[in-house]
Amino acid sequence: MITLKVNGREVSVDADPATPLLYVLRDHLKLNGAKFGCGLGQCGACTVMLDSEAVFSCVVPVSAVGKRAVKTVEGLGTPENPGPLQQAFIEEQAAQCGYCIAGMIMRAQALLERSPSPTEDDIRAALAPNLCRCGTHMRILRAVKRASDKGSA
Amino acid sequence: MIARESRRRFLRETGALVAFFSLPCPRAQSQGASKALPGSLKGSPYLDAWIRIDREGKVTLFTGKAELGQGIKTALLQLAAEELAVPLERIELVTADTALTPNEGYTSGSRSMQDSGTAIRHAAAQVRALLVAQAAQRLGVSAESLSVSMGSIHALDGRTLQYGELVAGQVLHVQAEERSAFVEPGKRVIAGKSLRRVDIPAKVAGGVAYVHDLRFPGMVHARIVRPPSASATLVALDASEVERMPTVLKVVRDGRFIGVIAEREYECIRAARSLAARAKWEESASLPPRAHLYDALLRLPAEDHVIAESAAASPAGGKQVRAEYRRPYQMHAAIGPSCAVAELKDGKYTVWTHSQGVYPLRDALAELLAVPKEAVRCIHAEGSGCYGHNGADDVAADAALLARSLPGRPVRVQWMREDEHAWEPFGAAMVSRANAVLDASGTVAQFEYEVWSNTHSTRPGKAGNLLAGLHVAKSFEPPAPRPIPQPEGGGDRNAIPLYAFPGVRVVHRFIPQMPLRVSALRGLGAYMNVFSLESFMDELTLAAGADPVEYRLRHLRDARGREVIRLAAEKFGWSTWQRRPRAGRGFAFARYKNLAGYLALAMEVEVGRDTGAVQISRVVAAADSGEIVNPDGLRNQIEGGIVQSASWTLSEEVAFDDTRITSRDWAAYPILRFPAVPRSIEVHLVDRPGQPFLGTGEVAQGPTAACIANALADATGMRVRELPFSPPRLRRLFAAG
Repeated sequence: MITLKVNGREVSVDADPATPLLYVLRDHLKLNGAKFGCGLGQCGACTVMLDSEAVFSCVVPVSAVGKRAVKTVEGLGTPENPGPLQQAFIEEQAAQCGYCIAGMIMRAQALLERSPSPTEDDIRAALAPNLCRCGTHMRILRAVKRASDKGSA
Repeated sequence: MIARESRRRFLRETGALVAFFSLPCPRAQSQGASKALPGSLKGSPYLDAWIRIDREGKVTLFTGKAELGQGIKTALLQLAAEELAVPLERIELVTADTALTPNEGYTSGSRSMQDSGTAIRHAAAQVRALLVAQAAQRLGVSAESLSVSMGSIHALDGRTLQYGELVAGQVLHVQAEERSAFVEPGKRVIAGKSLRRVDIPAKVAGGVAYVHDLRFPGMVHARIVRPPSASATLVALDASEVERMPTVLKVVRDGRFIGVIAEREYECIRAARSLAARAKWEESASLPPRAHLYDALLRLPAEDHVIAESAAASPAGGKQVRAEYRRPYQMHAAIGPSCAVAELKDGKYTVWTHSQGVYPLRDALAELLAVPKEAVRCIHAEGSGCYGHNGADDVAADAALLARSLPGRPVRVQWMREDEHAWEPFGAAMVSRANAVLDASGTVAQFEYEVWSNTHSTRPGKAGNLLAGLHVAKSFEPPAPRPIPQPEGGGDRNAIPLYAFPGVRVVHRFIPQMPLRVSALRGLGAYMNVFSLESFMDELTLAAGADPVEYRLRHLRDARGREVIRLAAEKFGWSTWQRRPRAGRGFAFARYKNLAGYLALAMEVEVGRDTGAVQISRVVAAADSGEIVNPDGLRNQIEGGIVQSASWTLSEEVAFDDTRITSRDWAAYPILRFPAVPRSIEVHLVDRPGQPFLGTGEVAQGPTAACIANALADATGMRVRELPFSPPRLRRLFAAG
């Protein structure tokens, strides 16, 4: 059994230690936010936070998580009670198919926690590891700006 | 708790827990089709095929179209809510499901608003009128004296009847009329407004939003072990070790179709990798030489279709301009690989799929599984981005075949990244040639255009359209590829210029033989043809010494086209634009399919001569899609189309060697990332209340490519006619001078 702290809750999972965190989140813990995109750390659909860092959960073995706190998009709010960054995505209607969005939000969350007033270039650089295929980039940038100190100022 | 509620709602919508309606089945309703009825009412003329109201007044709306992330659910709900005078939140929407909804074919071609939007608006207005007529009779007053709001009908004397009280019997089981009395444009409070999309909250907060998120009791996971290349044959497969793995439930082998089923997803992936390592394939070098792809295409036998011809006298000594353009194979490349869940229970299959066409898929699956159509139910559930015919249908077939081997267990199949990249049907490689003669004033006197292309649709319908159908031992013959006829066209979509040229000849040279498997990719041939025609317009502009905007207006009679061109130029500040070092500006225009939405684009780019990088600094778009139902939804589609087409145009090309597809991940098939997407995009909309919906989903693909080409030429003096304008290609061209 491997013990993890996910979205503030301690959980124990019966998984092979080599299993990437993504499959533990989706398959064992039934969380939908982190998505399988490539399994190669190239697209960011699986992005979650380990403590304050955004990581590709598809290439992090569950045994490597250790004591770090796992946060997924479910940890920021619910469809009915979205958190501030999720609310900003809703207000900017920053989704088309939306498959990449949970990963985008987690990478942006990590950015805003370490840098609450990023410039547009900062946001572009921070989100560079995450791919969007529908071309929702302009709205995603606006949503992150809206949720930042600069956006709310 | 809250999440459970939204999951329940999702499952209900996607049919998992749906109580079957005791109302007449859609198949019976599709009889008596009438040509004169508007939109998809033609195929499903009964009002209760679209709208049902129960005794409690609960409204259920049915559409045969699917949510692809384009916001169609919200737009259709807006239309129904407006005409029914019912709050949008009180309407439940059921989308594409072969057991429940009308058969509206594919959700494609930017046709959902014309087809389903038109049908639903008419059906809702007619349902309201029927209920008002019922109420008038019941209350003994005239229909004109009644008012409708919030699902109730009010008489002047204060008496009120709820919709639920008026729906007894089969009152809505009547055929639609050709005409409806709509809420007047000036009085609309829901349609035409930028309402927030109903699907977005679940997508930003980890709700059950996709077929990938479905989890049924007893569900198992499966993966497919594909051949390494399309023509590879299986020499040997030692599955015994994998079959003995305690986590593995089953290995399925049927010809070249190999699947493995396990209880847990990651265990399944590991088993599939082991299995792949134990498969021996024989491959042959059957792909065209990539370095000479276009010559190889031009050498293939082609059927010529002359799609436009009008003769005009050639001006003596007129200036002649010729050009050839090229487009490589390109991918849909959704971020989430294709996925489906299928279950065989009591001899019947249920398949949850992100296919664009649940009915055609059902027919293909029935053929593949050798069961009657009635034994297969396909239910749409959202997938990752849909930009045409991707792996959705193929993975549904994979899931159904594996479910056959494990009755009673829902089988979830998700492709791996390399499956998606290597096996999705690509957008076709194409070549075009343009030739024009100008008169003394520089105006076009004669214009000729030829386009060489494979088909742009190999969608199901038939088991031979499914990958699994090609790979099973008793394989199915793929149907002979056919061109999609004008006026919509396939490879020749938008090949006929909208400009008023006196002499025109346009030939579609249709190539039946497909060196790589291809099908519909957003815009089909329009991406290439608008890229070619609008690049060529700028080449002619240069030859005529004219201005690109003035030159287009000089040749265009279409008033709505002229208006979007003027609007884009004005908002961009075309006439006052100041040239800066390394920067250039471009313009492009098209009416998608020459019959759908209009789009004009103006753009500024900056070009790095050393890096070969093209950075789009500013895009200004002007669009006319007829009457607008959700302005923000329209903008979202156009912005997305511009960014996606910019990615195709600046970086995308399927790579292959003589045997295999080598673009198997995002490193080998790079798409635009955040730092490289345009710095700003403005979209200006021309609303046309009372005019037909024209459709928007694909309008930006062609104009964006041409606009980039034109801005690149303006910035560098170099005309690039082969896509993509990737940094390595541009560096080579710049170095060659």
